[in-house]
Amino acid sequence: MTLNTVSAAVSASESSIFQRFIWNFTDTFVVMRRNLYAYQRQPELVVFATIQPVIFLLLFTYVFGGAISFSTGGDYINFLLPGIIIQTILFASANTTVGLSVDLSRGIIDRFRSLPMSRAAVLAGRTSADTLRGLFTVLIMIVAGYIIGFRFEDWGSGLMGLALAVAFGYAVTWISATIGLFVKDPEAAQVAGFIWLFPLTFASSIFVPTRTMTAEWLRVFAENQPVSVVANTVRDLMTGTVNPDEIVISLLWIAGIVAIFLPMAVWRYARVSSR
Amino acid sequence: MKNNHAIIAENVVKHFGDVKALDGVSIAAEPGKVLGLLGPNGAGKTTLVRILATLLKPDSGKVIVGGLDVLRQKQHVREIIGLAGQYAAVDEILTGRENLVMVGRLYHMAARTAKQRAAELLEQFALTDAADRSVKTYSGGMRRRLDLAASMVAHPNILFLDEPTTGLDARARIAMWATIRQLVSDGTTLLLTTQYLEEADELADQIVVIDQGRVIAEGTADQLKANMAADFIDITVANPQQTVMASQLLQPLSDEAPQTDEQRGHVSIAVESGAQSIAEVVRLLDAQSVSIAELNLRRPSLNDVFLSITGHEIVEEEAKPKRRGFGRRSA
Repeated sequence: MTLNTVSAAVSASESSIFQRFIWNFTDTFVVMRRNLYAYQRQPELVVFATIQPVIFLLLFTYVFGGAISFSTGGDYINFLLPGIIIQTILFASANTTVGLSVDLSRGIIDRFRSLPMSRAAVLAGRTSADTLRGLFTVLIMIVAGYIIGFRFEDWGSGLMGLALAVAFGYAVTWISATIGLFVKDPEAAQVAGFIWLFPLTFASSIFVPTRTMTAEWLRVFAENQPVSVVANTVRDLMTGTVNPDEIVISLLWIAGIVAIFLPMAVWRYARVSSR
Repeated sequence: MKNNHAIIAENVVKHFGDVKALDGVSIAAEPGKVLGLLGPNGAGKTTLVRILATLLKPDSGKVIVGGLDVLRQKQHVREIIGLAGQYAAVDEILTGRENLVMVGRLYHMAARTAKQRAAELLEQFALTDAADRSVKTYSGGMRRRLDLAASMVAHPNILFLDEPTTGLDARARIAMWATIRQLVSDGTTLLLTTQYLEEADELADQIVVIDQGRVIAEGTADQLKANMAADFIDITVANPQQTVMASQLLQPLSDEAPQTDEQRGHVSIAVESGAQSIAEVVRLLDAQSVSIAELNLRRPSLNDVFLSITGHEIVEEEAKPKRRGFGRRSA
């Protein structure tokens, strides 16, 4: 393990800037592992969180698929699955809001804040654990998708699409973390973690082509908001019709979200008093 | 204030909105000693500990811990302190051992060192049998011990314990006292907050009494008691209906109004000299045919001290307000 090489209880006076930089990552790893243990030991949580998007996938495919396929052209499952992967990853990020507010309410954050550890690690350990959990769910969805007829155009660009979706999910967990640090109350966080995701998810190209939306203002919003931009790119990567420009724009959105919300969450964390 | 103190707070002020939680508090703890911070709920004890332990920034004032400026050298202060809070700050889902190893890793110990230290602490805090069980299954006392163990992982020179026994039953409390005494026997400086008078009396070398964000008295337990009227006489009358009458009869013996409990027939008076007054008490009551069931002469307790300084008793209530909610920032 790389961790062993950098540790050995170095005292403050000896710790260099480089050392502190490395600690950002090793501390993140320690906190991430703690959060993953929690998921591993509450299997029912993960099972239901995984079943839910699979049910969405089946319902949309078989209930709406017939009607929607007139406008998507071709098989609806090939249109739907990349989109629903984004939806799953967005909804998984709500765990970050809930998880942080629960930690804040239990005082474990006080413990972390009294330790000489990296400040960003408590948050990064949470966002990375939730991203991994999102990835796990998405892999299961791809398996379910294959069973009901979804196919990658080619595996190489399909996996690139998957990587892009996960990177977008990681960026969004930083928005969720920021919300969790402002809301603090676990019950309120249950709602606050999801509510902003609904318009972004449904007023997007995840389930239907945006050109079918009747209200002009809605269509303009839906076409240009980041969820649609990334969903379209992931879909084009998975169906083999991508052009490089859209990849660049998606990556810019991802970088922009992280650039704004990571510092905001860290800033808030430093000030938040947990009780 | 001397420089060789392990913990120094000077004129610390902290507001939460309109509420003045700390109104110019100054304390100093000598190295290797136990400083007891005694006060009722809402006195500002937790706020002061949170400031000393780098969790909260004061509005003004100076805070030095282990010779380091807490406001400027947070990360360095964090390496030499241990903090165990009012609410056991341990992870519920992890096992006891995993909690301690995690804390060790976050102090940047090598994996192996962290594991060894965890095993030592589990042994020391009598948690070895429960070490590999999820903390969810622990009793309140076990959680507190684990929390305390977590605060000791990096062998801190300075330890903050914020109400370590609040909410524990009598047996667990006494066991916790023994553990704390053992911890400080090797020279750790301890700042202990408590709303229990016996606890401060039992553990602290020096006591600072705080109420409504101000220091209202300080000294050793004996000094605090010595500043009071010398002795107390506790009387229990045979017929509780005569409590008020007894209290009125005994009033002239004391400068302060007697404390009474009409349900139980208790009357308690503070007097200059117990030995001289006790005969007087018997004579006064006997003359009016108030029969005495019990009569005791005692030195003042810390509760009497608190009462005489603040005019109200320390309320030892267990029911706390909901721990958190919208906009709530401090207790």
